[in-house]
Amino acid sequence: MTSVAEPIAGAPRTKTAAAAPAITLPAVSERELRLDLFRGLALWLIFLDHLPNNILAWLTIRNYGFSDATEIFIFISGYTAAFVYGRAMLQSGFVIASARIMRRVWQIYVAHVFLFTIFLAEVSYVAARFENPLYTEEMGIMDFLKQPDVTIIQALILRFRPVNMDVLPLYIVLMLFLPLILWLMKWRADVTLLLSAVLYAVTWHFDLYLSAYPNGAWFFNPMSWQLLFVFGAWCALGGANRMSRVMSSRLTLWICAAYLVFAFFVTLTWHFPQLGFLMPRWLEKWMYPISKTDLDVLRFAHFLALAAITVRLLPKDWPPLKSAWLRPLILCGQHSLEIFCLGVFLAFAGHFVLTEVSGNSPIMHFLVSLAGILIMSGMAWVISWYKRSADKDAKKGIGNADMAGGSL
Amino acid sequence: MKAAILGLILLGGLLAAAPLARAEEAPPACEVPAYLLNSDSTLGRVAAAVKSGKPLNVLVVGSRSSTIVSQDGSAYPAKLLAMLKEKLAQLNINLSVEIQIGKTAEESAATFVKLVETKNPTLVIWQTGTVDAIRGVDPDDFRSAVDEGITALQKAGVDVVLVNLQYSPRTETMTSVPPYLDTMRVVAQQHDIPLFDRFAIMRHWNDSGDFDLFSSTHGAELAKRVHACIGRALSKFVIDAAHLDHAQQN
Repeated sequence: MTSVAEPIAGAPRTKTAAAAPAITLPAVSERELRLDLFRGLALWLIFLDHLPNNILAWLTIRNYGFSDATEIFIFISGYTAAFVYGRAMLQSGFVIASARIMRRVWQIYVAHVFLFTIFLAEVSYVAARFENPLYTEEMGIMDFLKQPDVTIIQALILRFRPVNMDVLPLYIVLMLFLPLILWLMKWRADVTLLLSAVLYAVTWHFDLYLSAYPNGAWFFNPMSWQLLFVFGAWCALGGANRMSRVMSSRLTLWICAAYLVFAFFVTLTWHFPQLGFLMPRWLEKWMYPISKTDLDVLRFAHFLALAAITVRLLPKDWPPLKSAWLRPLILCGQHSLEIFCLGVFLAFAGHFVLTEVSGNSPIMHFLVSLAGILIMSGMAWVISWYKRSADKDAKKGIGNADMAGGSL
Repeated sequence: MKAAILGLILLGGLLAAAPLARAEEAPPACEVPAYLLNSDSTLGRVAAAVKSGKPLNVLVVGSRSSTIVSQDGSAYPAKLLAMLKEKLAQLNINLSVEIQIGKTAEESAATFVKLVETKNPTLVIWQTGTVDAIRGVDPDDFRSAVDEGITALQKAGVDVVLVNLQYSPRTETMTSVPPYLDTMRVVAQQHDIPLFDRFAIMRHWNDSGDFDLFSSTHGAELAKRVHACIGRALSKFVIDAAHLDHAQQN
């Protein structure tokens, strides 16, 4: 059995002198394909979950336990962001690394605004055509179209976020604080994680939240979800290494497995209300509601258990990681921002096709889902082809984008 | 251990399959599988009132989805009254409807004390959640609002039935409904009151082909038929939860 917590590139920890920074970065050799694989998987699952009523959504992990693809996505984003920008911070310093992070934040923001435009288009189209007296009340959701002056500005400052568009604003806020997180980690990684846990606890205790427009709060509370992001960063910067003994013990494995089975049976009672009698009332009272907004401890623990078992079952050099079959997933994971946005768009478009054009049979649902996944994979392939050839050209000095007004 | 788990899974499968099998035999006219109309909670005050021969005053409090624009007589509260009168012919049943357009659960709950004073109901059927979902009210705030509303009603000596949101496939990508459904289920459990799962029932009708809820019809025909079916299912639900069918036999 391989160790559970190899550093990202499998290199041994560098020997550090007393004055060295608190974090250690493994040497870059090969990409950690497991991260790409699971981020790709998370992106596929987010897409499937966003297509309402989908039969394939039965395959997604949220139906088998407390946590879902969002946890995977945020954790891996924290891990890879810390890995990439942590290295930049050690090599080029705080200012340069922060500047690069801000550039990334800007990209995510633009992506978010782009998706909002598409959402506006869809809602406006439906609003103009749908007039079913049964749903007079539900049509109220489109009332925001009556005040574009307010809603569009609120959308630009991330306070108005339609359904399914909550992940990117969360990601933006988390990335905004990444320079601070990395700077603290450079000083004392464990203390940073502890501070993050304290913020999480304080958020729960005092019920802190970010307000949203027209009312309510952010669907994903950044002050709770930061725990997962910081935990990802902590793992990337040597934490996973230090946990390896705990993680590889049999006891941990059994606890994790037992918890996953428990969560599975609890979720079973949600889908089959007939089984509800098996759930003791006291347990329900203690456990519910399991807050997604504030990243309930039960969800966090479920993600940890899932991650621990996955890392244990899939070693870093698991042969299928290089196979052609998993290639589409890995490619999607490697271009996560683009593919995430495409996934949200495809979910809108797919729902649109199902409701407005083709009729809503299970077969059409399946075909739309499949088409979406194929488009996502194809797009990921095109992007990586483009990047490869663009990198080659850049080395030769061909097609310098700066001469055409700057690259993006 | 393994055998026990296997047994549980098989049991689950059987339980899941049973209502499906029943639904297939029944005519496709908006039958509701039994498990969607089962409730562990009972309506004790309704049962007591009926037993002692008092009139049964039902008050429906709801937002716009408890009515059909300019067709009040065809909306589910009217159908509920008709069905109740039909099934419990010898009882004196009154029903009034309080439509609170655009009010959240919190705004609605604030009106309860006065409402109960003026209408003096035995049973309040509270339909809520839609306005909160549309406005994106924080689920925690929604939870305490529903909690307060139920507490106020129970303190006033009234039985409560909660009715949750409509299943609305066309707006599914625009509203986040699940947190509100979950919250209502939890609060109903905590107060031990019956929850009429309008959402699951309507989805069942849509999936089984009874109604095409995706339809963008402009007429009120579909709305009337759906409301008639909801009224019928709700009457069954209330009668079961108050054990009125047994009371009749005694």
